[in-house]
Amino acid sequence: MLRPSTTLPRRGRGPLWRNPAVRALIIQAVLFLVLAIVVGYLVHNTLLNLEARGIHTGFGFLEGRAGFAIPQTLVEYTSDSTYGKTFVIGLLNTLLVSALGIVAATIIGFMVGIARLSPNWLLARLATIYVETFRNIPLLVQILFWYYAVLRALPSPRQSLSLFDAFFFNVRGMVMPDPQPLDGFSATPWALLLAVVGAILFGLFAKRRQASTGQALPVYWIGACLVIGVPLIVFLVTGSPLEWVMPKMTGFNFRGGINILPELLALWLALSIYTAAFIAEIVRSGILSVSHGQTEAARSLSLPEAITLRKIVIPQAMRVIIPQMTSQYLNLIKNSSLATAIGYPDLVAVFAGTTLNQTGQAIEIIAMTMAVYLVISLTVSFLMNLYNARTLLKER
Amino acid sequence: MTTDSTFRTEMIEAREAPNQSRGVLGWFRANLFNGPINSIVSIVVILLLARLVWPFLEWAVIDADWIGTTRDACTGEGACWVFISARFETIVYGFYPEAARWRVDIVFALLAILVAWLAIPGTPRKKWVALFTLTGFPIIAYFLLVGGSFGLEYVPTRAWGGLMLTLTIAVVGIVGSLPLGIILALGRRSKMPFVKGICVIFIEFWRGVPLITVLFMASVMLPLFVPGNLDFDKLLRALIGIMFFWSAYMAEVIRSGLQAIGKGQNEAGQALGLSYWHRTGLIILPQALKLVIPGIVNTFISLFKDTSLVLIIGLFDLLAIIRAGLTDSNWLGFSTEGYVFAAAVFWIFCFSMSRYSQYIERRLNTGHKR
Repeated sequence: MLRPSTTLPRRGRGPLWRNPAVRALIIQAVLFLVLAIVVGYLVHNTLLNLEARGIHTGFGFLEGRAGFAIPQTLVEYTSDSTYGKTFVIGLLNTLLVSALGIVAATIIGFMVGIARLSPNWLLARLATIYVETFRNIPLLVQILFWYYAVLRALPSPRQSLSLFDAFFFNVRGMVMPDPQPLDGFSATPWALLLAVVGAILFGLFAKRRQASTGQALPVYWIGACLVIGVPLIVFLVTGSPLEWVMPKMTGFNFRGGINILPELLALWLALSIYTAAFIAEIVRSGILSVSHGQTEAARSLSLPEAITLRKIVIPQAMRVIIPQMTSQYLNLIKNSSLATAIGYPDLVAVFAGTTLNQTGQAIEIIAMTMAVYLVISLTVSFLMNLYNARTLLKER
Repeated sequence: MTTDSTFRTEMIEAREAPNQSRGVLGWFRANLFNGPINSIVSIVVILLLARLVWPFLEWAVIDADWIGTTRDACTGEGACWVFISARFETIVYGFYPEAARWRVDIVFALLAILVAWLAIPGTPRKKWVALFTLTGFPIIAYFLLVGGSFGLEYVPTRAWGGLMLTLTIAVVGIVGSLPLGIILALGRRSKMPFVKGICVIFIEFWRGVPLITVLFMASVMLPLFVPGNLDFDKLLRALIGIMFFWSAYMAEVIRSGLQAIGKGQNEAGQALGLSYWHRTGLIILPQALKLVIPGIVNTFISLFKDTSLVLIIGLFDLLAIIRAGLTDSNWLGFSTEGYVFAAAVFWIFCFSMSRYSQYIERRLNTGHKR
């Protein structure tokens, strides 16, 4: 006969390995040991290998003379400069192409993203084709295409293609007029700074005024007039102190003007066009993510279309757009390292390429290069997390 | 009863729709020329298409040369695809010995069958096929491609190239990074601080650096890590780098799926007395992985596109083989054809994958959406 047990099970602590806290400790200790052994083994091998190859570790090599030329230097550099300087030059070139790419990709991306939602059938289809084409072709193929199939196929400097007789395109890149500031030019940037500050103050004033009286001022128009108008007036009053040095054909090449490397142009084109395809999708999904009820509610309050867009749709779409956009910007910065495939002198090509080949300090150089990208990524993701925490939808 | 003349007793004929809103003309009016701004936009787009797309089509299709085996077949008016067809074998197989190419064909066919089996909904025993794709297939493919046993001739990885190498890298990348990504994602959600810390550092490190530096690291630093006399295959080094790099991205995709599974699922498992691995393997992961199939496919698309980067460390993938062909002195000046062909091949693979991922998303999305 089955009877309920009269003795309760013993309420001991059970065997040690059943205790979750103890088990967690053991697992972590074992993991730590395994990792320590693996890392120790790798370090041991590395030290042996370095010794066998006669490579001295340390960052002393940064003081050595570089002895090679770099085609594009944003700050003073000669082949007598140090290896440390090549790091700076490479980093600046990476930042230059990234900044140019981010600006262009954002503009193209927004235009294409909005075009995809256009009621115009043809425009929307064209934007879709753009996105689907460039998103699905590897960036490296695009870079090589622009460089070798387009820019390298341009005519020699003598037969340059010209645009307004100011911009010239040839196999050596693009030549454009070089602005040279004369005496008294420094007033204009100051005027611009003052105008921006003034516009911000005016915006704050208008906001407070609207909050207290309910009357809105045309902030955007007045702000734009301030920012553009004031520097322009100062510039004209001081007698237009800016001279454009026009490129002139002398002998076999152009004299004067700024020469932009074809490598920079190709990389810039490819990065912007490729990233813009992703940004377009982000913009589209951001706008579509704003629930239809929001626009309907605005319409039933009889808000004009422009205000609905500016005050209701865009702020909410931005919450979706901005985090994804930053990750695209980070991708663009990381992708700019593909420069090494066409020889644009960026951080990877110059420092992790030429400098590494000359010095053989693989570990230090790769670590420094990776550290640069890591610092950029981690800083941006940290800022992004702050932004996300601030704009998080406050719910229950 | 009186007849009420206010009501009509018979139906009136339906009126025809206004002429302006029907047919081709109506469609044009409604979609392209409704209002002055739209009309201008349409005209600009049409002009743009005429200026850009038409000349490209003319170059690539209408004026192109398709037949022939030598350079003489190129008339020079449009694209000369003879450049591609003359070296098509190399583009597909690389420098793989001709007598052994049937082995590559078998692996290709097997891969195609497995992928089709997994991708087409409704095929039976998906779980076992998936398991085979992740375990049995790589082993079979390894013995077939490398050779050296079962009486097959040994083919060093130096001889691998072209589309075959691209697919190898892509498949090894996904097969390696998926399980690693799952482990990392679980580790990142672990309550053990050391395990979690290691996983966070690992993931954020790989996500923070460009793949190029990873490949550089794999090619110059990995040989330093192993005992000096050990010969470390170049392809293997690249594969290790690619696997680690993409496992970090995969981990974040899977983590987003794990986060989407309600807490109640885990708690219910605990209430039934299931162990951690039973809860994870039988309850959480099947749901989470199904949710993130589109994300996994998207990661795979990125991985596939980025296989082209191995050309920088000197492996001959599809793109590198075509580039090598461009330096052939018999075939100088065909870089446009070469890059357009490479772009087209990558595009076909990536576009079909992205379509598939959208299709799955629609299939899985059974919620209410406007």
